[in-house]
Parts: sequence; structure tokens; C-alpha cells
Amino acid sequence: MKQSPLESKFCENLPARYRTGGIWRSVFIISTLTGIFFLSILLLKIVNDSFGYIAVEYGIAPESLAVDGVPIWELPKEDLVLLLQKNVTPGRFKTLVKELPMEERNRDDILAIIVREVVEPKVAQTWTLAESIFNKQEIVATVQENYPDAELDFKAWLSWDFITSPQSSDPLYAGIRTAILGSLWLMGVAIIFALPIGTGAAIYLEEFAGKGWLNDLIRTNINNLAGVPSIIYGILGLAVFVRAMEPITSGAAFGYGLTSATLNGRTILSGGLTLGLLILPIIIINAQEALRAVPNSLREASYGVGATKWQTVWSHVLPNAIPGIMTGSILAFSRAFGETAPLVVIGASTYIVYDPTSVFSKFTALPIQIYQWTSRPQDEFRNLAAAAILVLLALLLTMNAVAIIIRNRYSRRY
Amino acid sequence: MALLQTSSSNILESKNLNIYYGNFRAVRDVNLSIERNKVTAIIGPSGCGKSTLLRAFNRMNELVPDTHIEGNVIFEGQDLYDKSIDPVEVRYRIGMVFQKPNPFPKSIYENVAWAARIHGYKGNMDALVEFSLRQAALWDEVKDKLKQSGLSLSGGQQQRLCIARTIAVRPEVILMDEPASALDPIATLKIEELMQELKKNYTIVIVTHNMQQAARASDYTAMMMLSKEGERSGTVIEYDETNTIFTRPKNKQTEDYVTGRFG
Repeated sequence: MKQSPLESKFCENLPARYRTGGIWRSVFIISTLTGIFFLSILLLKIVNDSFGYIAVEYGIAPESLAVDGVPIWELPKEDLVLLLQKNVTPGRFKTLVKELPMEERNRDDILAIIVREVVEPKVAQTWTLAESIFNKQEIVATVQENYPDAELDFKAWLSWDFITSPQSSDPLYAGIRTAILGSLWLMGVAIIFALPIGTGAAIYLEEFAGKGWLNDLIRTNINNLAGVPSIIYGILGLAVFVRAMEPITSGAAFGYGLTSATLNGRTILSGGLTLGLLILPIIIINAQEALRAVPNSLREASYGVGATKWQTVWSHVLPNAIPGIMTGSILAFSRAFGETAPLVVIGASTYIVYDPTSVFSKFTALPIQIYQWTSRPQDEFRNLAAAAILVLLALLLTMNAVAIIIRNRYSRRY
Repeated sequence: MALLQTSSSNILESKNLNIYYGNFRAVRDVNLSIERNKVTAIIGPSGCGKSTLLRAFNRMNELVPDTHIEGNVIFEGQDLYDKSIDPVEVRYRIGMVFQKPNPFPKSIYENVAWAARIHGYKGNMDALVEFSLRQAALWDEVKDKLKQSGLSLSGGQQQRLCIARTIAVRPEVILMDEPASALDPIATLKIEELMQELKKNYTIVIVTHNMQQAARASDYTAMMMLSKEGERSGTVIEYDETNTIFTRPKNKQTEDYVTGRFG
């Protein structure tokens, strides 16, 4: 530096300026790494709980059910039916036939019933993925010592069966199909309710409303509403949708479920409307931002050829704001997807084995299911909760990816 | 100032026109008569209210909140600011081309066809698009890519597309707000040639910073200037044939400005 021909008093502090820049750069790197670290811990913890060895004890050892030395896994359907008839009470067999005649059931179904009701596997102990990988010897020793009759299996709690099975009180057979379907129904109702209303309100506030104190008040209030805790919306939903509007939300007004003794307003409709209400301010704010980002020159161009306000908004402003509106809305919906508190308050069911069939069905949702499982004392349900969290994260990731794709595909230059 | 031109050849006239932004008077006592089928240039230093005045001629200024005017703008014998007049119709009959080319983010064809369609044009749309693009001297350059986005064109082409878009609704007056200030000299020249062609059918009012452009392209020139003392509002200090303004200006300030002696 001393020999530089550029040397002057202005350059004397250059090393110090570089040093300051370097320090800030390190600070930013550290904050980024800290974020990545904690997120990785979260993900590792969940994955760790989602897979691992389990010790299974059986009511009857499956080997003892073998017919002529053929294990039950390889028996033909007819033999399985006989085996089932022999090992369950006549009353239970009658019930099963009443549900669906044996002729109409396939072999795998009958085998599953035998395993569940005759073999009766019970999870004695579970281990995490890390333990399963690094301490296998120890686990085998523990099983031999504590559960001499148990079988050691590697269980992927997150599996296709888990995703497609309905809720069950037996952790080995419990799944999240009803919860996923419930969540999707909720989202459907929330989207149909919140997207048009939110976009409409944003268009009015941005394009049509004047600059009066009343509009300033409305704008400020919407911004505040976006920060209201979600449980408040749950209380609102309980009071308005579940209680006050019960004839509508329970479906009674439309002739639904009139025979049901448990008819009430704790339905998908109530839940979806509550979630819609929750994200309405977020959608309005996002849509306003998107509309504001449309350059004024475009509006002037439209007015300049004699378009009316509505023609300008409809043909030019709105089409150019749609990518922004969509991105913001999808992000709002992914927030609603993970919302638990309002659904707990309006009384979502925690144990539902039947798929929702209409907006008037009782429902459970993924976050409710996770919440319910984590509050159970048995270890196995923690594993189930972890697997459900992975599914929830994957669905959220998908929604966000869709938002990004939409933004990239439709974003325009002016 | 008395009305400078009063004959039936005037299409547009402002009478004691004052334009306010809130309480601030931006333009003061403008009396201007725009002659039919001529190019009238409005020149003057930055911030003297040229664009504000131009936008008052087709009520575009109303898009800015808190704007109001005093006085009258007479178009074909009607007061444009009369309560019974719809600003949408005003803008339809007095079109506008802006400083920054602002084609719609739609195809070239749609850029021209859209305005005609919203006004209920029922004729042959292809013919109208071709006619308008030909009038704007753009047809030969874009006839093979009408489906492409208007934004894919160069700046000069975009500006001519905006002119074609304005022509498509057959306005009587075209207001141009520094239409060439964002363009290079060649594109600027094309726009100026175009104005000479267009004035056969339309009346053109152009705001420009470029005095050579005013001298080359206009028939009449209005010189605007901020008042020296008191409220800082702009007004027309001299209005005459362009030739007179640039060779024998009556006003000392005009002379200083057009000869480049003005700061």
C-alpha cells in the first residue's frame, strides 16, 4: 500500500474499511449457520424418532399357527379363513362376516385380521434410529434379557401404510389418512372462503377506496388483525360458527345428519371458515402489496386510451398482480395448514376413523393428530407423531414449492 | 393574458386555467388556444408545470389525489370540466402518449386492439390493428410478430406502439408528454417524422425539454416559466408561431431560454 501510486490520505483507512466489512460478513455467516444448525437439529430429531427398532411381543407366537409346517404368511386364503374361524370367538367371526362376507375379502385382508386379532402383536419397547444404527448389539442383548419371547423388528413409522391407514388406538396400525383428508377439506373451505374475499377487499382498498381517515383506520386494523394470536380466532370461530351459526355449520339447515344424535357445529365447515378468517388479513395485506407493485404507468396507459376504472383494474392491474397474490395466498394457506390452536378451541375431534365425506363431517387435522399423539404417555405414539410431522413438513414444502413455481412462471417485467 | 388565438380552427382552449395540488397552485392563469391539425409544443424549464398543464387537457391530472382546477378547458365548444362530462369520454377523444414507453404486457396485437374493443368497436379488428400500426410507422417492423409481447420491442418501437394504441381509438387530439426523452436520436427522429405525418389527421400537443425538437417538429410553441417572486407557480409567458418564438421572441425570458443563456 505504501508504494501505491494511488496513495493518498483518502486511502489510508482502506484496510480498516475492509476489516469492518469482513467483521459484518462473519456476523451474517454466523447467523445463517445458527439458523441452519437449529433447523437441522429439529429435522434430525424428527427423523430419529420416525425410524428404529421395535421389540414386538405376540399374544400367540405366529409360528404356532402354522398349518402342516406352512407358516401363516404363505397359507392360501381358504386355510386363513379356517384359521380365523378357529381362533376367534364365534360372535366376533359373525361380526366380521356381517361387516363384509369372507368371500368378498381378499387374502391380505384376512391375514391382516388374523395378525391383529389372533397373533396380537404388542410393542414392548422402541428405539430411535440413532440407537438402532450405533447400538445394535446392546439392543439385541436388552431384548434377549427383558423380552425373551419378543421379536426384534426394524420399523419405519413413516410408511405408505401409515399415510393410507385411518386412525387407530393400536400404534402398530394407526395411520393419518383421516387427518390428511381432514386437513385438505379444511384447506378447501378456507381457500374458497378467504381467497375471493381477501382479494376483493384488497382490490377495493388499493384501487377504489379514497384517502379518508376511515380507510386509514380500516387499513391499520387489518394490519393489526394479522398479528392477533390464532387462539383468539379459535374463540371467535367457536362463538360464531360453532355456536351461533350451528344450524348452518352442522348442516341441519340443509337436511344433513338429521338423525345423528351428536349433531353439532364442530364440523369441517366451522374449522375451514375459522382458518379462512385467520388468514384473511394476511391475504388482504399480501394482495395489497401485489396490487401496489403494479406500476402506475400501466394504469395511466389504460386510462389514457379511455378505459374506465373497472376495465383498468380487471384487464391490466389484476392480471399483473395475480402472481403476487397467488404467492402470498399460498404462503398464508401453508400457515393455516399447520395451525393447531384454533382447531382445538372449536373442538376438532381427536379420534376419527372415518373419512370426511362433506363439509358437515366431523374432522381431525394433521396438527391436531400430532398434538394428540405427543400428549399420549406411550413411546410408540411419539414415534407416530414424528412420522406425522414429516408428512406435514413434506406437504408444507410442496405448497411452498408450488408458490415459488407460480411466482417464477408468471412474474412479468414491465 | 388575453386569448392569443380565437378562431373556429381552435380545437382546444384553456381559459384562465389554474391547477392546484392541494393548496399549492402549480399552474397559474393559462390562456392557450390549440389549433386544429397543428403540432403545438410546450417548452420550459423543469418543474414549471408543462406536464401538469398537458394532463389537465384530458383530465389525467384527476388521477392524482387532491388535484383541482379553476377556470375552463374548452374542447370543441364544450367545457371539459363540466359536471355532465365523463372523464372517460374525455380521455377517449383526447388520447395521451407518455414519457416512458408503457405498452401493456400483452401481445403487440392486443396492445392496439384492446382499447378499441373496450369502446365497443365492432368492425374488422385485423384491419384496424394494421391501419393503426401503419399510421404509427411500425407495421413493417412488427407485422410478422404480432403475437409477441409488446415489451419485446425496443424503446423506440415501444413508443410507436403506444402511439398506435392511441390512434386505434381515433382520438381528435393526441397529447404527448416528452415522448422522445427516453429514446436515442434515431428513434427520436422517427417520432418527429411521425408527428408530421399524424398532424394531417390529428391535433398534437407535445411537451418537450428538447428545444431543437420543438423548433423542428412544431407549428406553435408555448413558453412556460415559473414566476420569479411570490408563489412559485408556472404560467405561459409567450405563445406564438414556433418560428417567431425561436427567431424574434418578444419576451426577454423566452429569448434567454431558447438561445441557451438561461440557467
